[in-house]
Amino acid sequence: MQAFALLLENGRAGPCRPFPRAEVSAEQWTALAGHLAAGELVLMGLWGDAGVVHMALLDEASGRLAVATYVCVGGAFPSVAHYHPPAARLERTVRDLFGLVPEGAPDPRPWLDHGRWGVRHPLGVNLPAEPEGDAYSFLAAEGEGLHQIPVGPVHAGIIEPGHFRFSCYGETVVRLEARLGYVHKGIEGLMAGAEVAQAARLAGRQSGDSTVAYALAFSRAVEAARGVAVPARAHALRGVMAELERLANHLGDIGAICNDAAFALMLAHCGVLREKVLRVSARAFGHRLMMDGVIPGGVAGDLAREGISAIRVLVSEVRTAFPALVELYDNTASLQDRTVGTGFTRPDYVRQFGAGGFVGRASGRPFDARRALAYPPYDRLPFEVVVRTEGDVNARIWVRIREVEQSLGLVVRLLDTLPEGPVAVEVPPGPGEGLAVVEGFRGDVLAFVALETDGRVKRAHLRDPSWFQWPLLETAIEGNIVADFPLCNKSFNCSYSGVDL
Amino acid sequence: MRKLLLQGLLKAPLTEAAPEDAAVEKLAAELNGAARARLGRSLSIREVDAGSCNGCELEIHALGNAFYDLERFGLHVVASPRHADVLLVTGPVAKNMAEALKRTYDATPAPKWVVAAGDCAINGGLFAGSYASDGGVEAIVPVDLRIPGCPPTPVALLTGLLALLRAGKG
Ligand code: SF4
Repeated sequence: MQAFALLLENGRAGPCRPFPRAEVSAEQWTALAGHLAAGELVLMGLWGDAGVVHMALLDEASGRLAVATYVCVGGAFPSVAHYHPPAARLERTVRDLFGLVPEGAPDPRPWLDHGRWGVRHPLGVNLPAEPEGDAYSFLAAEGEGLHQIPVGPVHAGIIEPGHFRFSCYGETVVRLEARLGYVHKGIEGLMAGAEVAQAARLAGRQSGDSTVAYALAFSRAVEAARGVAVPARAHALRGVMAELERLANHLGDIGAICNDAAFALMLAHCGVLREKVLRVSARAFGHRLMMDGVIPGGVAGDLAREGISAIRVLVSEVRTAFPALVELYDNTASLQDRTVGTGFTRPDYVRQFGAGGFVGRASGRPFDARRALAYPPYDRLPFEVVVRTEGDVNARIWVRIREVEQSLGLVVRLLDTLPEGPVAVEVPPGPGEGLAVVEGFRGDVLAFVALETDGRVKRAHLRDPSWFQWPLLETAIEGNIVADFPLCNKSFNCSYSGVDL
Repeated sequence: MRKLLLQGLLKAPLTEAAPEDAAVEKLAAELNGAARARLGRSLSIREVDAGSCNGCELEIHALGNAFYDLERFGLHVVASPRHADVLLVTGPVAKNMAEALKRTYDATPAPKWVVAAGDCAINGGLFAGSYASDGGVEAIVPVDLRIPGCPPTPVALLTGLLALLRAGKG
C-alpha cells in the first residue's frame, strides 16, 4: 500500500483538518484505485470541486482516513470505477454536476442529470441546455420469458420517489436496476457561497430522517476547519440527540419492515414508541426531529432539567414496552417465515462497497464510525457494535433491535455524566478546510467543507451512507420474488434525498 | 401476542382528541369551498413527494399512528392518484419531479384538492432559487391549501386535512 502511505505522508501538511489530504499524480490515483479493488482500502467518498476530484479512503485495519486530490488535466480524471465498481455512481454524479469526465469509466450514462435543469454541469463550467427530458437506457436482461415491471417515480406508499426497473422471470426477480435523482434539489449549489449557519440548516435537510447526523457531520467539519474546540456539555448533548434520532428511526423501521410482511401489530406498537421519542425530543430540544439543534460551535439550546427527566421517563417506558415486542417478533412464525433468508446480502459485496449501518453490520462488516473513528462523546463511552452474519432481512431487523437497546444505554449514560458548562462557542469566520465522519442511524455520513477567507462556504459535500447501500439492494433482491421487494427495500431503508443531493 | 392484544383491549386508547375546532374552522373558511362539489364525509389522499428532504414524509406517516389515527376521521391514504380526492404534496418541486407531479395531478379525477404541505412545498423553503427546483408546488399545479412548518407537525397536518373535510361539506 505504498500509494496510501505516501498519501498519508504528503497529506499531513495539507490543508484539510484533521485528516491528511494531498494532490496525487495520475499514477498514484490509479494505484489507490488498485488498492480499493484489492480490498485493502475502503472508498469513503468521491466528489468534485473546481477542476479537481477528491477521493476519501479508509484503511480499516489502522482506522486511518485520507483524501487524495487529482487535478483534472483537460477536464478529465482516470476512472476509479474502472477498477472498483462502487465508485461508479459517484463518478457519474461528478460528471453531471461538474462536467469532469472519468476516463475509462464503465458506465457513461448520466445519473442525477435527467436533462431537465435547463443547464448542464451546474457546479462546474456550466452550459445552458435545452430541457430534453427523459431518455434513459436501462441495463438489459435478455432471455425467453423475461418481462419488465417499471415502478415509480411516484410510489404507492408515503415514500420518496425513485424508479425501479424489475426484470422478472415469472415471480422471480432476475435483475433490478434503480434510477434515482428525482429529488435532486441542488443542495451543494445552494451551500456554495452561503453563510455557515445557512449551510448548516441546508445540511440538516439533505436527508430529513438523519437531520441530527447531517448537522453534526457538517458542524464537526466546520469546527475542524476553524480549529474550534466544542465544550464538553455540547458534545454530550449532541450524543443524546444522535441516539434519540437513532432510536426513533430504528423503532419506526422495525415496525415498518414487519408491516411490509403483513404484520401490522408490530407497526402499531413500534409507531407508538417512535411517537413518544419524537414528543420527548420536542420537549427536550424544541423540535420533533431536532432539526437545527446541532450548530457549528455546539448545540442551539441547553437541555433543561425538565427535558432530562422527560428523556429518563422515555427510556424507562421503552425499556418496559420493547422486550414484549422483541419477543413477539421472535415468536411469530409467519413473520419469521417472511424475513429469514429473504434479501440476502453477500458479505463480500458489503466489504467491497464499504456498506455501513445495519446493511453492513447485518452481513458481518463491523464498521461503526462511533467506534472506528471514535469522536466525542463516543470516545469515552462503552457500547457494543452489533454485528450479525446472516445478511438477510431478519439480521437487519436484529441489528436494529440490539442497537435500540444500546442507544437506550448510551442515552442514560450520557445523562448520568452530563458535564456542566456552556453548550456552544463562537466559530470565528475565516478560511479552512475540514472533514468529518459521523454515524447516523443508517450508517456513516461523511462531510467535507472548505471555507472562504470571509468565512462563507466555498464548497461543501455530504456523502450519504446510502451511496454504498443502494447498489447492494439490487443484488439482495436477485432471485427473490417481486412481492418481497417492499420487505427487502424497507429493511435497507436507503435515503433518496440523501443521495439525490 | 395474546397478552399484547388483551392489553390493547383493556387499556385506555392512546388516540387523542381532534385538533381544536376553531383552528379547523379558520382554515376551512379560507378554502374556496363553493367552487367544489361535495366530496362527502371522507377523503382519499395521495401523497406525492415532489422533492422533499423526507422530513415531511415522516410526519405524514405519523398521522397513521395510534395517537393521531387519521382513519377515524374518514381520511385514507390511497395508493393511486386515480382513487384520490386530495393530493398531499411535499418538497420544493424538483425539476426532475415536475412532470411526474403534473401527471399525477392529471391522473386525479375532479373534483380534487391540492395541499402543499411544508415550507418547501409552499414556496421552495430553504431550496428556493436552486437551479434544480421550480419552487413551490403552485409553480406546477394549482394549490388549495397550505400547511406551513418544516416539517409541519402531525397536529398541523391533521388540522389542515380536517379543514378540507369541512369545506368539502359546504
Ligand atoms: S419543509 Fe422542511 S421537512 Fe419538509 S421537505 Fe422541506 S426541508 Fe424537509
